[in-house]
Amino acid sequence: MNAPSYNFAYLDEQTKRMIRRAILKAIAIPGYQVPFASREMPMPYGWGTGGVQVTAAILGPSDVLKVIDQGSDDTTNAISIRKFFAKTAGVATTTRTDEASVIQTRHRIPEAPLHEGQVLVYQVPIPEPLRFLEPRETETRRMHALAEYGLMHVKLYEDIAKFGHIATAYAYPVKVAGRYVMDPSPTPKFDNPKMDNCPALQLFGAGREKRIYAVPPYTEVVSLDFEDHPFTRYRQNAPCALCGAEDSYLDEIVTDDKGGRMFVCSDTDYCETRRAEGHFGSANAPETERADV
Amino acid sequence: MYVAVKGGERAIDNAHRLLADRRRGDRTVPELSLAQISEQLALGVDRVMVEGSLYDRELAALAIKQARGDLIEAIFLLRAFRATLPRFGATEPLDTAAMQVQRRISSTFKDVPGGQILGPTFDYTHRLLDPQLDLGSDPELPERAPVSSEDMPRVTDILGRDGLIEASPQADAEVPVGDLTREPLSFPADRDLRLQNLARGDEGFLLALGYSTQRGYGRSHPFAGEIRFGEVELEFVAEDAGFAVPLGTIAVTECQMVNQFKGSATQPPCFTRGYGLAFGQSERKTMAMALVDRALRARELGEDALAPAQDEEFVLSHSDNVQATGFVEHLKLPHYVDFQSELGLLRRLREEFEQDAGNNGAMQEAAE
Amino acid sequence: MKMTNELAAGFADKVVSAQATFRAVMDAMARPGTVQQLNAKLRHAPSPLMPAAAAIALTLFDHDTPIWLDAPLKATSAVTSWLRFHTAAPLTSDTADAAFALLSGVDQIPALDQFALGSNDYPDRSTTLVLQLSSFEAGDAFELQGPGINGRASLHAPLPAELIAQRAALQPLFPRGLDLILVAGDALVAIPRTTQIMPKGAV
Repeated sequence: MNAPSYNFAYLDEQTKRMIRRAILKAIAIPGYQVPFASREMPMPYGWGTGGVQVTAAILGPSDVLKVIDQGSDDTTNAISIRKFFAKTAGVATTTRTDEASVIQTRHRIPEAPLHEGQVLVYQVPIPEPLRFLEPRETETRRMHALAEYGLMHVKLYEDIAKFGHIATAYAYPVKVAGRYVMDPSPTPKFDNPKMDNCPALQLFGAGREKRIYAVPPYTEVVSLDFEDHPFTRYRQNAPCALCGAEDSYLDEIVTDDKGGRMFVCSDTDYCETRRAEGHFGSANAPETERADV
Repeated sequence: MYVAVKGGERAIDNAHRLLADRRRGDRTVPELSLAQISEQLALGVDRVMVEGSLYDRELAALAIKQARGDLIEAIFLLRAFRATLPRFGATEPLDTAAMQVQRRISSTFKDVPGGQILGPTFDYTHRLLDPQLDLGSDPELPERAPVSSEDMPRVTDILGRDGLIEASPQADAEVPVGDLTREPLSFPADRDLRLQNLARGDEGFLLALGYSTQRGYGRSHPFAGEIRFGEVELEFVAEDAGFAVPLGTIAVTECQMVNQFKGSATQPPCFTRGYGLAFGQSERKTMAMALVDRALRARELGEDALAPAQDEEFVLSHSDNVQATGFVEHLKLPHYVDFQSELGLLRRLREEFEQDAGNNGAMQEAAE
Repeated sequence: MKMTNELAAGFADKVVSAQATFRAVMDAMARPGTVQQLNAKLRHAPSPLMPAAAAIALTLFDHDTPIWLDAPLKATSAVTSWLRFHTAAPLTSDTADAAFALLSGVDQIPALDQFALGSNDYPDRSTTLVLQLSSFEAGDAFELQGPGINGRASLHAPLPAELIAQRAALQPLFPRGLDLILVAGDALVAIPRTTQIMPKGAV
């Protein structure tokens, strides 16, 4: 039988060269979606094949990799991808945002500020920000070529007319370096401001749709809005029940079927770091203090 | 006290262990061998090879076994393996006219040179469940005839001699044949890439689209000019050798549809072609493929492209079942961050709605 | 066998060296103006190819990337046969057809608009220039601005004024344009199409 044998970080060198060339173009043309010959990966399309290919193409033996999904290092898909690279590339892995040189993410940007030299790799399902307005690639390509983004503004304005707000809570479109309108991947719009002028390099991989795009460090990323309806962040109006953080994006945990709920940090590393520093929230206040109450 | 969910890694390991157990099933039942799958579920193996884009019966049988009979999962396994293989180049075009035919039928002529050969087909079987198979079967050996030395020209070649059908759109021999697994597809796509996409495409998707053209959504008045299944020789030109080297034979099914006319002020009218080719005995697949290929030639033939099957970007972007199943099934993954982001927005919109309703009510009361 | 014996070697460890070289080029492209020192163990780049240019070739060139060489490189069979053997990249004499152009020095640079600039639909279909310089210490001082740069960056490089002027003339065409990788010895600096280059002191 033709038993398979695999290269460092799974991808063969020819595929890596092709992806690496696409990454360089993506960095040189911020926000532009570079077509690349995405390979069939040993995990399903839609489960991070684009991010995995980008990570596999940049990863070296001295890298320290962090993988998160929904902000957490311990969600099943994050574990699965981290294991894949630990196995195929033998790289060190971490859950600490500040220790990682490469962070692959799905749906979140870490709360801790990223630093120079770090690379944030996003898994992207639908890279085309105009796709929900115009399903045809031939049309959206023309709109990007002409920087003709009127349709997007019309859509956002229709939301305002209908709901009083822009009804986009995640995958909120941004304009990169004053030129390309870009999909930030389905991150909550709370995370959008973190993309602007970020010291880390941000790479985006969409495997099924065969596109790679990038935001270089220190690049302007502006969330689309209107003068009379400026972009606003949204977070649940509560402190984290575990670490008391008032500035982090929160997960809503349903605790019973009678309306009971609590809010905890979506970024598990951020939450754990704060707790290790002595912060606490309502759900885990130290016994002594509880006695005082 | 609330503790965040942990232990995902163990959960995954245990799930895989359970899956392996369920795949094996009742251990008192003998395990399937790859040979059994390859021999007795041969058409399933054919489909996995076609849509998996890899001609290897043994690996396809392994994939089916590993996938517990889920053919799309098996196709996915084969594709992922294929992606790790080096690509040496493209073979010479197959000569299907020289096929060692096991089955060959034409619906456009009562008889054709070389004859109509029914071969192994479900056609004309009465679909009555056969309880005999449960008891084990030892069917009669097939009737045999000496290998015919008679030529078996393709029906389209016969029509072509009189100019009744358009010349097969010839690819430029100088231009290397496209490969959508090495280059991202862009639109409009050339026919080589379209046919590659359809050959890899989901049989069910193509079947539905082909069917829709028969029902008037892009009608092309098709006739099954010829369907043939058998062994063809594969040749490869090695750079060093400088000549074509035979690599062996593969079994393929070819369907050539003959469709209604094209013509112009300067060109006499003639039939047009739709083409389907697939590994193994894949008749339904090649017939559906030929219908869709013809429908996708609308632009080239100057026809209005209004029906779904004629919409190149729509068809080619959604034909791949590995892509489709991945993206549909990815909805299983946690989405709570973006869901709750929408939940927050929705609550806010509802609050504002209530407030407005309250204000309006108050205003109305004041007015009264 | 004979041919391989005469050829200079490629990377000692292909996978690791290609990755390290790529990361240096990626960092350079992401942070225009920063000097990236290559540590790819490549001791035998065929002259006049500098080690960094040779490492870039081994890392990014293959049969999918037509390469354009300037006259001095094209005339050196040690270079052309080394490239052919180690990268299998086809050589092209058409600048507009080149995925990469290797320039041995600043004396014989064709007009920049002769290279592929990409289209508005596909601005990525452009030539990347790899230009060899004597050093990143000599020459004029420049200030750089654009994506990847926190405020301003400075660069020392012997870049001809004519090249700077031609590059500036291409910038209104963005997203079409050319990306430059400057190399000197085993160091490299990238100047993507988004970077504005100004003589130091000018505002």
